[in-house]
Amino acid sequence: MDRPIRVLVAKPGLDGHDRGAKVIARALRDAGMEVIYTGLRQTPEQIVNAAIQEDVDCIAMSILSGAHNTLLPRVVDLLRAEEAEDILVIGGGVIPTDDIPALKEKGIKAIFTPGTPTQVTIDYIRENVAKR
Amino acid sequence: MDIEKRLLGKDKRAAARLISLLENKDPEGLEILKKLYHKSGNAFVIGITGPPGAGKSTLTDKLAKALRKQDKSVSIIAVDPTSPFTGGAILGDRVRMNDLSMDSGVFIRSMGARGHLGGISEATSAAIKVLDIMGSDYIFIETVGVGQSEIDIVKNCDTTVMVMVPGLGDDIQAIKAGVMEIGDVFAVNKSDRDGAKRTAREIEMMLDFNKDVKWRPPVKMVVAVDNQGIDELLESIHMHRTYMIDNELFDERRANNAKNEVVELIKERIEHTILDKSQKEEKLEYYAKRVADREMDPYSAVDAVFDDVKSALQV
Repeated sequence: MDRPIRVLVAKPGLDGHDRGAKVIARALRDAGMEVIYTGLRQTPEQIVNAAIQEDVDCIAMSILSGAHNTLLPRVVDLLRAEEAEDILVIGGGVIPTDDIPALKEKGIKAIFTPGTPTQVTIDYIRENVAKR
Repeated sequence: MDIEKRLLGKDKRAAARLISLLENKDPEGLEILKKLYHKSGNAFVIGITGPPGAGKSTLTDKLAKALRKQDKSVSIIAVDPTSPFTGGAILGDRVRMNDLSMDSGVFIRSMGARGHLGGISEATSAAIKVLDIMGSDYIFIETVGVGQSEIDIVKNCDTTVMVMVPGLGDDIQAIKAGVMEIGDVFAVNKSDRDGAKRTAREIEMMLDFNKDVKWRPPVKMVVAVDNQGIDELLESIHMHRTYMIDNELFDERRANNAKNEVVELIKERIEHTILDKSQKEEKLEYYAKRVADREMDPYSAVDAVFDDVKSALQV
């Protein structure tokens, strides 16, 4: 039996807009993935704890508050501290193009900005989750 | 990762990985579980079931918090439905348990039902054992939202809590066979709403018909979001456990559950053996086509498949 890819969809930070996260969650579900949806206002610590207990292949974070430069790298750092850097970390939301290179350098493997077709995200996850 | 050693050291990552292996039917996972099985059996396993939206996740969150105040370690397995079309799932029970995710004495795992129809997934009983071996004092199993007949939870736990809410139907629903029979303790959640007393009364009336009068399942009014009635509900859950132990029913239930589990595993193995073999030889396709064309009836098709693969079972 094919193992479904498990993805944690999380909303770090304080903005209360989860439409995008829900659209992505639904799209990943329809692509045959198991999506663990954790809801709004998650701290990086909560996200990493959940990711480890759920043994996910990927963490997908949606952020619209502008705090991406702080919160997204923090998740990567915490994963490294837990020796869980094999988990693929990606982000999406309102993120200025200028910020993207620095985020990628810090270990957020891909950033999907508004207008990205969901299929692009699905394909990216499929191709990049670690083989177990 | 040395899963075995790390699990015995209460390492959550090892538990999480082992559950994944078991969910994916990885032989490595089964070997580890076989080795450590004798260390399980110490956790108190509580099933939380009820219709969709009854408040199972919120209630589980509050019960877990009450137990954390007593310094007990708690694990939660939350099952949500898997899409029958894509195999995908949205597992959203953690949304109601966010504060617990920072508590080092709590482990939460979401599982997709993955085609299993009894309210839990095929791997749920294996996951219970993993968390039991890890040393959890209490394990909650939250089922998918159930309708009328998903009763597999009762075969996997020591005490079943049936969560009901006002406004779902009349007393005829309450006396129908099925899920209403499996509650050891009833919780009427959202009991600040209209009709809660009536719902409780209908459950009580249903219970009045029961012949086994030794354990009368208590019906507790709770408002989970406001943390109302949680301690009383927890007390009822513990009373059920005490009753079971005092009357030597606890071991009997576990023996029954063990028998059920072995039978289920046998069924699974036979099914896989036969389907694998007949699919590999494309016999299934062949017979199915004949059944669809009315050249053969499905009963004879099964006879034929069995005859064809009998050798496969003689292992």
